[in-house]
Amino acid sequence: MSTEGTHTGKFRAEHFGTLGAQKDAAHLGMWTFLATELLLFTGLFAVYAVYRWAYGGLFHEAQKHMDVLLGTVNTFLLVVSSTLVALAPRALEAKRTHVATLLLLGAIAMGLAFLVLKGVEWGHHAHEGALPGQWYAFEKLRVPGASLFYTLYFLMTGLHALHMLIGVVVLAVLAVRLRRRTITAEYPVALELGGMYWHFVDIIWLFLYPLLYLA
Amino acid sequence: MSPPPAEVPSYLTAEAGLWSWLRTKDHKRIGVLYLVLVLLFFALGGFFALALRLELLTPEPDVLGPMAYNRAFTLHGVIMVWLFLIPSVPTTFGNFLLPIMVGARDVAFPRLNLFSWYLFAAGGVITLWGLFQGGADTGWTFYTPYSTTSGTDVLPILVGVFIIGFSSILTGLNFIVTVHTLRAPGLTWMRMPLFVWALYGTSLIQVLATPILGMVLLLVAVERVAGIGLFDVGRGGDPVLFQHLFWFYSHPAVYIMILPTMGVLSEVICAFSRKNPFSYRMIVLGTVGIAFVGFFSWGHHMFVAGQSVAGSGAFGALSMLVAIFTSIKVFTWIGTLYRGSIVLSAPLVYALGFIFFIFFGGMTGVAVATTSADVHWHDTYFVVGHFHYIMVGSALMGFLAALHYWFPKMFGRMYPSGPAIGSAVLIIFGFIVTFLPHFLLGNMGMPRRYATYPAEFQALHVASTAGASLLAYGFLGIAGYLVWALVKGPLAGDNPWRSHGYEWASHSPPPAANFLTPPEFEREPHDYTVVEAPRVY
Ligand SMILES: [Cu+2]
Repeated sequence: MSTEGTHTGKFRAEHFGTLGAQKDAAHLGMWTFLATELLLFTGLFAVYAVYRWAYGGLFHEAQKHMDVLLGTVNTFLLVVSSTLVALAPRALEAKRTHVATLLLLGAIAMGLAFLVLKGVEWGHHAHEGALPGQWYAFEKLRVPGASLFYTLYFLMTGLHALHMLIGVVVLAVLAVRLRRRTITAEYPVALELGGMYWHFVDIIWLFLYPLLYLA
Repeated sequence: MSPPPAEVPSYLTAEAGLWSWLRTKDHKRIGVLYLVLVLLFFALGGFFALALRLELLTPEPDVLGPMAYNRAFTLHGVIMVWLFLIPSVPTTFGNFLLPIMVGARDVAFPRLNLFSWYLFAAGGVITLWGLFQGGADTGWTFYTPYSTTSGTDVLPILVGVFIIGFSSILTGLNFIVTVHTLRAPGLTWMRMPLFVWALYGTSLIQVLATPILGMVLLLVAVERVAGIGLFDVGRGGDPVLFQHLFWFYSHPAVYIMILPTMGVLSEVICAFSRKNPFSYRMIVLGTVGIAFVGFFSWGHHMFVAGQSVAGSGAFGALSMLVAIFTSIKVFTWIGTLYRGSIVLSAPLVYALGFIFFIFFGGMTGVAVATTSADVHWHDTYFVVGHFHYIMVGSALMGFLAALHYWFPKMFGRMYPSGPAIGSAVLIIFGFIVTFLPHFLLGNMGMPRRYATYPAEFQALHVASTAGASLLAYGFLGIAGYLVWALVKGPLAGDNPWRSHGYEWASHSPPPAANFLTPPEFEREPHDYTVVEAPRVY
């Protein structure tokens, strides 16, 4: 539904002619930001591609030592959390603000669970000495260049986890604002933007998971 | 033309006090804030350029020792590239004019705009602190494995440049959204002023290329701190991979510097030849073309780094495509000047200088994009000459043209024309004397980044240093009359150039709200088929 022409002064900044234009600007801004974020990860994906090309067999060996179960559980957690976040604006639209808040809290819980499991996994790697570069002391895989896989693994999952952490904070702020009724069905843009960010972080994981655990 | 109503204050006087500037969300004030920082950084980078030239006056290291020389050229390069050239036009004139040119009241996200200024300032301070307290000897390119092993203090500079990159992304994002969502009614894409097109193309590069730079700087930083071995041959890493990632940003970064100044050229040349652009569409095509092709030519920096012959050939050919789009623009500008009613003025002199320099810089660019020739010229003064013709010759001339063209718009006062034209001629002449010898030196085999050289190169080095001193006098001249004009210059009036650019449809200096009534741009931008200048809204 278009809000073109409505002058809801409460939400509209004065340099926008209409609330609809402001909404469009907010969405486009978020899309542009996500494009930037995607390119940030692309840098790492490119490095991964180069070393995967150079050390194909070695990456394959290293993957045999990954905890596929934990990775799969984490994937499941993120997909479900994304579904919850996607449902929140609908609940808000139906004026069921407390349901929207609960959905966000559910997603936050899953995000935190993801981070805990990720931490457990990192702990295992550290314990085995499967660490990047100069810290590498993994007895089961003593091949030159093997540390590169773990360098990339820690960089990629680390950067992703940082984004998850930011995402959890964003969702928490949104939940508080929903409770305080500063985000309402009238102008739910903040909720939509936060959701876009969360989905983006999930989608990145959907690429990391096969690259690091499966293939 | 209606005189500005006395009761409406300009953006300069709308609020008073330093604090009102530091917390402003007005895009015009933010543009001025950027201008202050950028000029400060430029002066600093220029000072170290002079120090380098002074050292190179004689073959022996007498002013600066080798290490001090390395630190000085790193300082010069880092400041000029990251702190001056990349932000120079978009953040200053772009911020000031983009919303006015599209008939908006502000950029889409004013608070973000102010935030990106603070990021830029913070990044600048951190970078400068790194450069001065420890100083790095890597050059502005931070090549691995030297940058990961150098004993000098590279880390704060990496962090500072990373933050500046983030600020650059936010500015680009703001401009993209502004152009998409805040154009005045009736202002279609093909009626946007050419400066807006240039800023739009630049913003796309800023948003899409800068994150790769951020990532690669981060990787070098992590490598220095934690030894992760990503670019370390001893651990299976590949140092050349750094170069690929670095130039994936830093080649397009040349277009972040040059595209906005090309937009300035289109504006200035139309205004001072009093003619419509020879072909609006062709300039737009050239802008978009350069922005696009620029992403696929980075490999021309690695012709001698063990890149495959096929790869080098492809990168060389793609780099030459840039020259085609650039020459489309150059011919369009010359076509615009042809049979125009030329008004000789400082902005136009700089614009003509720009055309001359981009012609030279572009031609030598094609030369170094030729793989076989580049093997001879790689890492010599020939390359130094080439990129200074583009980055100083062209980009800096564009910046100065913009400064002189829009100074009365921004501050409402006029500088004296005679000294301005005199300084412009001095700077153009000084530039040629400084950098023309570089091509000859490079061709004779003088490698870049050395404090010392064999005695047979001295004559050309002396010429180059003499030229640099002319440049310095030129810039001192500009500083002198602009400061005078700021304080005592005669009031310029709303449209001293009688320009038909959209930005002159507001008062000079503009009121805080840009326009007193909503503007209507009924005519094409740069339309000189009608005699009278645009109405002031
Ligand atoms: Cu290049």
